[in-house]
Amino acid sequence: MSDSAKVTDTLLPDLPPPANSTGVIGWMRMHLFSSPVNALLTLFTLYILYILLVPSISWALINADWVGDNRDACTSGGACWVFIYNRFDQFMYGFYPEMERWRIDLTFGMLAVLVIWLMVPNLPKKGLVSVLTLVVYPIIAYFLLYGGSFGLEVVETHKWGGMSLTLILAIVGIVAALPFGVLLALGRRSEMPIVKSFCVVYIEFWRGVPLITVLFMASVMLPLFLPGEVDFDKLLRAMIGIVMFQSAYMAEVVRGGLQAIPKGQYEAAQALGLNYWKMMGLIVLPQALKLMIPGIVNTFIALFKDTSLVLIIGLFDILAIVQAGLSDPNWLGFSVEGYTFVALMFWVFCYGMSKYSQHLEKRFHTGHGAR
Amino acid sequence: MSMTHQVEDKLMVEMRGVNKWYGQFHVLKDVNLEVKKGERIVICGPSGSGKSTTIRCINRLEEHQKGDIIVDGTTLNNDLKNIETIRREVGMVFQHFNLFPHLTVLENCALAPIWVRKTPREEAEEIAMKYLRRVKIEEQALKYPGQLSGGQQQRVAIARSLCMNPQVMLFDEPTSALDPEMIKEVLDVMVELAEEGMTMLCVTHEMGFAKTVADRVIFMDKGQIIEENEPHEFFNNPQSERTKAFLSQILNH
Amino acid sequence: MSSDANKSPSASQKTRFWHDPAKRAILFQSLLVIAVLGFVGMIVQNTLHNLESRGITTGFAFLSQEAGFGIIQSLIDYSESSSYGRTFFVGLLNTLLVSVLGIIAATLLGFIMGIARLSNNWLISKVASAYVEIFRNIPLLIQIFFWYFAVLRALPSPRQSLEPIENIFINVRGLYMPEPIYGDGFGWVVAAFFIAVVAVFFISRWSKKRQDETGQRFPMLWTAAGLIIGLPLLVYWVMGSPLTWEAPVLKGFNFRGGMTIIPELAALWVALTIYTAAFIAEIVRSGIEAVSHGQTEAASALGLNRGKVLRLVVVPQAVRVIIPPLTSQYLNLIKNSSLATAIGYPDLVSVFAGTTLNQTGQAIEVIFMTMLVYLTLSLLVSAFMNWFNTRMALVER
Repeated sequence: MSDSAKVTDTLLPDLPPPANSTGVIGWMRMHLFSSPVNALLTLFTLYILYILLVPSISWALINADWVGDNRDACTSGGACWVFIYNRFDQFMYGFYPEMERWRIDLTFGMLAVLVIWLMVPNLPKKGLVSVLTLVVYPIIAYFLLYGGSFGLEVVETHKWGGMSLTLILAIVGIVAALPFGVLLALGRRSEMPIVKSFCVVYIEFWRGVPLITVLFMASVMLPLFLPGEVDFDKLLRAMIGIVMFQSAYMAEVVRGGLQAIPKGQYEAAQALGLNYWKMMGLIVLPQALKLMIPGIVNTFIALFKDTSLVLIIGLFDILAIVQAGLSDPNWLGFSVEGYTFVALMFWVFCYGMSKYSQHLEKRFHTGHGAR
Repeated sequence: MSMTHQVEDKLMVEMRGVNKWYGQFHVLKDVNLEVKKGERIVICGPSGSGKSTTIRCINRLEEHQKGDIIVDGTTLNNDLKNIETIRREVGMVFQHFNLFPHLTVLENCALAPIWVRKTPREEAEEIAMKYLRRVKIEEQALKYPGQLSGGQQQRVAIARSLCMNPQVMLFDEPTSALDPEMIKEVLDVMVELAEEGMTMLCVTHEMGFAKTVADRVIFMDKGQIIEENEPHEFFNNPQSERTKAFLSQILNH
Repeated sequence: MSSDANKSPSASQKTRFWHDPAKRAILFQSLLVIAVLGFVGMIVQNTLHNLESRGITTGFAFLSQEAGFGIIQSLIDYSESSSYGRTFFVGLLNTLLVSVLGIIAATLLGFIMGIARLSNNWLISKVASAYVEIFRNIPLLIQIFFWYFAVLRALPSPRQSLEPIENIFINVRGLYMPEPIYGDGFGWVVAAFFIAVVAVFFISRWSKKRQDETGQRFPMLWTAAGLIIGLPLLVYWVMGSPLTWEAPVLKGFNFRGGMTIIPELAALWVALTIYTAAFIAEIVRSGIEAVSHGQTEAASALGLNRGKVLRLVVVPQAVRVIIPPLTSQYLNLIKNSSLATAIGYPDLVSVFAGTTLNQTGQAIEVIFMTMLVYLTLSLLVSAFMNWFNTRMALVER
């Protein structure tokens, strides 16, 4: 060892950091009052929050009335949740006959089981369950909800409504749009010029127009397109419009997923002798679909919110049914409560789903997507 | 020094006057190449010289625009049937492995036998295990590619190609994406394969491999085959100035 | 596709038709064309038959007929005796009005909220993030209804109007403001403004050139602000203040004179702004975060101060990430403005695809024209943004 070497044998102990950088005071100094401007902003924001939140909370929770039979129960001066409480079943099930509502419960219960199965990591047979969900389940759901066989009474679609209708519209829209979206996306990436331009025109057309004009078109023009005096179901018309519209958005999500698959995967599949459909079906789509899930969830959120537009063509989704309830002479003047309730219902669903999709994105992003 | 082994007279790959352009850029200029059954050929050259493109034309990952490519008696043209036939007979190993990340190692290997050769699943998995054992990685069969090291992944990729029982193997810079300590394990597998008489075309910069294994070394530059010789002569007595320059660059440092 | 390889003499076996990708493509595409044409043909035939049996004449002749209904807000002259064609333009202009107002306000609010989310002030970033999470997860239609039915309907009648600032009145019928009356010579003030803008443009070019040559920098921001605000003010003063205000006056049950923002417009504007701003805030935040931390560190290490790091390194890179999604938010806002029909704001869908369609029954023509408008707007906005994008990319290199 040379003379210039420095050596120490004493290990330095771990010391606590200086007091002004830890604890509540330190935290506040760092995050709230780091500069005079910041301190002013903090105080100003606190003041605004105070003005907004205190009355809202006291209105919505503290001074609110919750239970009762009619508006006379609302005496506290705050929110009158009695209105919601009384009509809750209607808001959920629409005008679906009371005796048959178990069918809706069962339909959504089954869906919940399937979806949770797909969402929880490490559960086996995801492929089989996906097929069940996308192919078999819709058929069962149709017979359960509409009835007409297996001894189930027919429930006409004009009796459907409320939250269940909102969910049905959104789910049908997404599930039916998925296969079309895949085909359109493959077409858009195809080398055949006519196929490609057809897909591009289709996708850009539907993405360029507002959903409301699509719904108008579906409800006014679809009957004109069909032969004879077929007066077909209003709900079905809306669904056709939504699916045509949604396929275009789905196609873009699928295209994004396909683009994320590296060229080497295509090459390796080709080098092994797989043809186009086998390459797509076995190698590219299984990987791309997984990457697409966040995108699909995001379009589902958008569609779920958009379903509220069917009110304009006269379907009774949850917003329409609450709106109708607000014009009941017995419950006039509770529009804030009504809209707050619907907003909350939508918010819970959308926020939950968006958090889930962010979680997935993060998981894929860090590259631990391999199950 | 090449090893003694059986080279038959039968032509496995024949390229005659192959030309290719990327837009205006002439990537392959009159490439002529004959590979006999059991021959091992190493192709080297500076980057952008067209060596990868050459072997990618053999299984039609790239389309050539002029000339003929005949693989095991089948001419490559626009006939999808011929392309399928050739791809069944020609295995390929890529620089970046290109394993399918959503499938296990075993599924990666069994995929093509099942879907292209229509082998029953059980039998296909037996074949897969056989080749995984051969590249000494059978204990990883149930893992996903993402869980393996680069060298292990490349060995799986070799096994995956072998599962199709190919007549010819193409290697496209199989070791250049690997960390130095993993190169040897892949080269060992390739040497073993060569000893068993596999017809091989390797694009590589591993000159040690070329010296021990190759029957012929081909040097390409600017889309042309510049020099072609057996390895001893190629390294000790290069003819072309460009070959000399290239060899001095990669050997002297 | 090349065919040289195809014609090679050694092609011993003849290529079967369905094994040739070129021929296969032709077959497949012909089938697609036949299917689409057949489908469209069937629809056209059915439609013509249905229209005939319902006694509806096709064509655009109805556009010149008298509309006979009133519209509560119009940017051009319109009365009940105007034609259906005119209702189209009234609706279109109203759509454009609320879209432009919405885009401006949503951009401002969105950028503020997006930057606030990145603030190192914990409270502010939490408030901004709560704002985003709340408003983008509630359907726009509910928000419009909330503002329109729950908030604006609860305002007092004209007689009890709120007057937060003198001569500005808020009541259930709308927001009433003084209207500017432009006197003689106001044109000079406008001209002065444009002259100032042009001058700023040239000065900034000169100052950039000077900086390139000599390294000296010119206080561009202050000069620009001074010119653009100062010059028009100066001219305004010289011309003798050629601008007066006409205040709204309560007459009978309502206000007369002044400018009015009807509650339908206000509700739609507020809802569109708040909803879209939540999305824009997310875009701004992720755009800024997309510029890697390494870039900021490298710039700081070169000795640039915080402002210059932002202006020279972060913003130019972030803007390129931000613009494409921002464009699609603008398009969404334009399309979402069609929800106007739910509260009766007289936009294109409400007036033209609503009332006009119902009165004339010309569903196909009306829906066709309406969709065409939105398609055109979409194409125009994306074309503009594409141009902007390429320009950005070029300027940066």
